[in-house]
Amino acid sequence: MDTIIGILEAMLRTAVNPATAGVVIAVIGLNIHFGFTGLLNMGQAGFMLLGAYGFAISLDQGLPFPVAILVGLLAAVLFAVLLGAPTLKLRGDYLAIVTISAAEIIRYVGRLSNLSEYTGGSQGLRGARYQEPFINLSFLSEDGRWTLPPEGLYSWLPSSMWAGETGGRILGLVVLVAAVAGAIFLIKGQRNRQKELKPGSDLPFAQRLRTGLAVSGLIFVAVIAVFYILPLTLDQTKSNGWWVRLVAWSMVGISLLVAMLLVRSPWGRLLRGIREDEDAVRSLGKNVFALKMQALIIGGAFAAIGGMVYVLPSTVQPDNMGRSMTFFIYTALLLGGAATILGPLLGTLIFYPGRILIREVADAYIPDSIMSSSQTDQFSFIVVGVVLMLLVIFRPQGILGNKRELRFNV
Amino acid sequence: MKSRATEPPEVRTTRATQLSRLVLVLPFVAFLMALGTPSAGANTLTLCQPTAGELSCVNGTVGSRAEPVGDADVTLTRPDGTEETVTTGDNGRFSFEAPVVGEYLLSLDGLPEGLEQIPPEAQFAGPDGTVMVNVDALGRQYVPALTVRSVDYDSSGTSKTDQLLQAGVNGLRLGLLLALASLGLSLIYGTTGLSNFAHAELVTLGGMVAYGLVNLGGLNLWLGIVLTTVICGLVGYTQDRVLWQPLRRRGLGLTQMMIVTIGLALAAQYAFQYFVGASTQKVVVRTFDSFTVGPVRLSYMDVIAMLIALVLIIGVGLVLVKTRIGQATRAVSDNPALASASGIDVDKIIRIVWTSAGALAGLAGVLYALTISNGIRWDTGMQILLLLFAAVTLGGLGTAFGAMLGSLIIGVVVELSGPLGAPGDLKYAVALLILIVLLLFRPQGLLGRPERIG
Amino acid sequence: MSEATTTKPGGLADPAARKALMAGVSSEPGSAKPDPILKVDTIVRSFGGMTAVNVDHLEVQRGIITSLIGPNGAGKTTFFNLITGFDKPSSAGKGGAAWSFDGRRLNKTSAASVARAGMVRTFQLTKALSRMTVMDNMLLGSQDQRGENLLIAPFRPLWAAKEREIIAKAESLLERFKLLEKRNDYAGSLSGGQRKLLEMARALMSDPKMIMLDEPMAGVNPALTQSLLGHIQSLRDEGTTVLFVEHDMHVVRHISDWVVVMAEGSVVAEGPADTVMSNPAVVDAYLGAHHDTDLGDDALLNEEVADQLAEEVAAEEADREQTESAKKEGTS
Ligand SMILES: Nc1ncnc2c1ncn2[C@@H]1O[C@H](COP(=O)(O)OP(=O)(O)OP(=O)(O)O)[C@@H](O)[C@H]1O
Ligand SMILES: [Mg+2]
Repeated sequence: MDTIIGILEAMLRTAVNPATAGVVIAVIGLNIHFGFTGLLNMGQAGFMLLGAYGFAISLDQGLPFPVAILVGLLAAVLFAVLLGAPTLKLRGDYLAIVTISAAEIIRYVGRLSNLSEYTGGSQGLRGARYQEPFINLSFLSEDGRWTLPPEGLYSWLPSSMWAGETGGRILGLVVLVAAVAGAIFLIKGQRNRQKELKPGSDLPFAQRLRTGLAVSGLIFVAVIAVFYILPLTLDQTKSNGWWVRLVAWSMVGISLLVAMLLVRSPWGRLLRGIREDEDAVRSLGKNVFALKMQALIIGGAFAAIGGMVYVLPSTVQPDNMGRSMTFFIYTALLLGGAATILGPLLGTLIFYPGRILIREVADAYIPDSIMSSSQTDQFSFIVVGVVLMLLVIFRPQGILGNKRELRFNV
Repeated sequence: MKSRATEPPEVRTTRATQLSRLVLVLPFVAFLMALGTPSAGANTLTLCQPTAGELSCVNGTVGSRAEPVGDADVTLTRPDGTEETVTTGDNGRFSFEAPVVGEYLLSLDGLPEGLEQIPPEAQFAGPDGTVMVNVDALGRQYVPALTVRSVDYDSSGTSKTDQLLQAGVNGLRLGLLLALASLGLSLIYGTTGLSNFAHAELVTLGGMVAYGLVNLGGLNLWLGIVLTTVICGLVGYTQDRVLWQPLRRRGLGLTQMMIVTIGLALAAQYAFQYFVGASTQKVVVRTFDSFTVGPVRLSYMDVIAMLIALVLIIGVGLVLVKTRIGQATRAVSDNPALASASGIDVDKIIRIVWTSAGALAGLAGVLYALTISNGIRWDTGMQILLLLFAAVTLGGLGTAFGAMLGSLIIGVVVELSGPLGAPGDLKYAVALLILIVLLLFRPQGLLGRPERIG
Repeated sequence: MSEATTTKPGGLADPAARKALMAGVSSEPGSAKPDPILKVDTIVRSFGGMTAVNVDHLEVQRGIITSLIGPNGAGKTTFFNLITGFDKPSSAGKGGAAWSFDGRRLNKTSAASVARAGMVRTFQLTKALSRMTVMDNMLLGSQDQRGENLLIAPFRPLWAAKEREIIAKAESLLERFKLLEKRNDYAGSLSGGQRKLLEMARALMSDPKMIMLDEPMAGVNPALTQSLLGHIQSLRDEGTTVLFVEHDMHVVRHISDWVVVMAEGSVVAEGPADTVMSNPAVVDAYLGAHHDTDLGDDALLNEEVADQLAEEVAAEEADREQTESAKKEGTS
């Protein structure tokens, strides 16, 4: 039992990790590239790395916090323009080849020892050199620690039902399942009502607001229930505590919202048109090149923000954002469902804890003589690769995607 | 390394006679090499393990992981002035304990003939060309760089033109091996439209199989190379049979297939790590004898590898142009529907392409491990994937002859950019730069054709 | 509603007026038209050694239906591609290559700008956007949407009004093309003929001055062909210039006011349908050795027969509309 709880806790820690949040944002960006526009960007990790470097080096050199964010964003935008200009007029493979190469080169440059004064070379830029301004922004206590959920929330219950106790865990599980089911029910109902209307017209604003609030409330309850099953204690602020998690996941929320507004607009419709057949869109008088460039830039900017979030609690280590990272981002996106709004979130939240699950289970239950502990780690990555293959072959729409759409796969 | 063939001055005649001499000598050399047995490189160095708050370690490799230098003397001067010296084994490793905080100095002596130490970066430079290691805490690992280069590299020893000549020859070597590997990539793209991101793993596989057969299995090197080629060809065949052909039948889109290749690449890389480990493995333990022609130094293995590559490239070219299968392959590349309508068994052609692509990539992998990278690691192939794609695109996606041309250009440019001033791995950036410029002006590549719209 | 938006001044609905207009035009290849909307000069495109298009001079009259005919591989599609900016003339012809649309030079213009200038095309191989609904396909066709601007897109109130407006327009067009019930289906689920219709309807969303149709009738069943012909004619009557490629000589003879014949890349003949089809150069171009094949020479349709045919088509239409609306009532 303790092993299982231990594994679940490791998964939860991974799931709420700011690095995971950073990857979610990068996946949202790739969804705009690949899911909606059909751009084969194979260098999403390069965009992340560039954003992270721009941000961290600026802070290290003493620039103000907002300027550092801008520098990171600008670096990614320039990168997008540079890579897009020669390739976006050509067949998709060219973009793939150029982006995967360029991302590698960013990594090589980051590792150069001549630049190690700025980048930290192959050791990476240590967090201590840039985290200060961000930590100072925190409104949480400087040294304190917090446990989620706070004890006040459940101390009226009998002590066998406290957070982390067996009874409490069962209770939390029931609440979790109920909240998730409720949210799905509400969303489905809203969709059906929307479908009955004429396209283009909307349900009344008040009704949409009501559903939105109810769903948000249920999701909040679900998150609390998760922590109720597995209480988590962390620093309030410090470099890797609740503060950075709060900011990281708020950024995820904002990114999801912005992405949703963008892809549900006529602009998003254009992107989908380009994905289907760019010549057709061109024949309708749309500047396809400019639109693809916009998509590349926007998705790259998401990745840059993801990169900044990714390095906030740790270091800017170029090898962490290499080719494998791009591949993980693709796996997460396809797992959740490309061209869906929530797919990136869901996919990443299954991908990272899922890998931990595989590794820990292999570690706990397969004897060392068969699989050493470094091999279990590699084993989990082999599984990731195979899952990516099987996913594309057998369920290309992912978890949230629309099966019906796929029948007309061109 | 110990017995480098040096050129007696009286025989320094024209280049032509040298070449002919070389050609005469080759079969003999090959025979001798076949007889040679791998020498056991016993290494009894105990690695220092850091203990939190008590002990730091200064560990590292003389040369680089890929090209370690054995038999070199590394001396550590502690802050209190005491010294300790170790002589590196074949893996070039050294390891010292650093029990107190302070500045340690490392010096490197007794390098094999023809090599010298690259002076450390300014911030790590100690007195008298030593490398300074600032142990600022206990319980950490410090990995100072003790890198070396060939004496010829220095412009005081040889002229710039000599450096460029050496780089040019190295470039030719790289280019030929790239061509061998990229032919398959290009043919697969041409016949099926698939950008195979797992192609580099076939290259790695070649090195790995050869490592297993020759180093672990004790097989004769030449037999090992042949067997590796066959095995990799079989892997290519099986891949097509088990994976790609069914996927084509299912009508899976090209983009989706490309992502499948990414998954495959990922799984393969970690499978290599799983079975072989994360460090570099040598196919043969000994080093090959080398010789100099004018300012250019080459090992005999280099020459053999280049010859094998050249013969095979010409061979594949002839097959494509002259034989029925070759013509059918080109027809499928041109227009699969038309080819199939005119009675060509497209599936069979694609299977042949996959088989030969696997074989060529595998062979390229062995030769690469034997000459350029001096061993094979799980990511060896991945490191040249970029070059492979650059080469194939440069020549024109899907044209076999374009791939050959592109590979040679990329190989030479990448090697030349080092002496011309590109630091470290940045020489790869030059390949990308060429690619981007070309795409701006001639998107279809050097030998490609524009496509039809509407 | 649709009338109000698509009718342009100068519609040539009257057959006599059209006849009179083109009466003075000589039946020479490259002859001058009274009011050309499209003018093309020395446009050359070759692929390797083969010259696909080599047109010296061509003018297309505003407000009428011009058919572009010619044997397979004559270069019609390539000519379309060149004119609409989807392809570039070969360097060999660059010196003199020039074409203008509605007085505007288009030599270096991108395909998108050509479409925005009012010359919209369809494709021989239909380009329906499969994984989008029929309605989304239609909405893409509309010009000047503020919501297509990246900076405005996230703010729905800024473009919601325009969206409602173009949805209404799309509905009326879909209704005309009998696709209204399909509006929420994926375009990929449409039949080949329905895709052709959708592509045409989508092109019309932008109220083009001139529409270029590449074989709109290929693969469309005869009944649908009739209604398609009706649509093309009504477009003309509302003032849109039509240039279309067609292989079926009956159709060409039936609806075109002017016929241009291409063979081996060049314009070999033009003129009214009857004149062109009796032109030996055309017969040659088409048939080579097979001089005896029927060239759609059915009873040499005179005015009367043609009118009767048109009436029949109209009657059929009305019939279908009735049964369909009846069906709709039955289901709802
Ligand atoms: N991208 C291309 N590369 C090589 N040849 C081409 C290309 N595009 C067109 N062609 C050639 O140009 C010629 C004209 O082709 P085009 O498609 O314009 O003919 P078409 O008149 O439209 O024929 P159809 O009536 O069959 O549609 C053909 O011989 C064709 O093979
Ligand atoms: Mg055509």
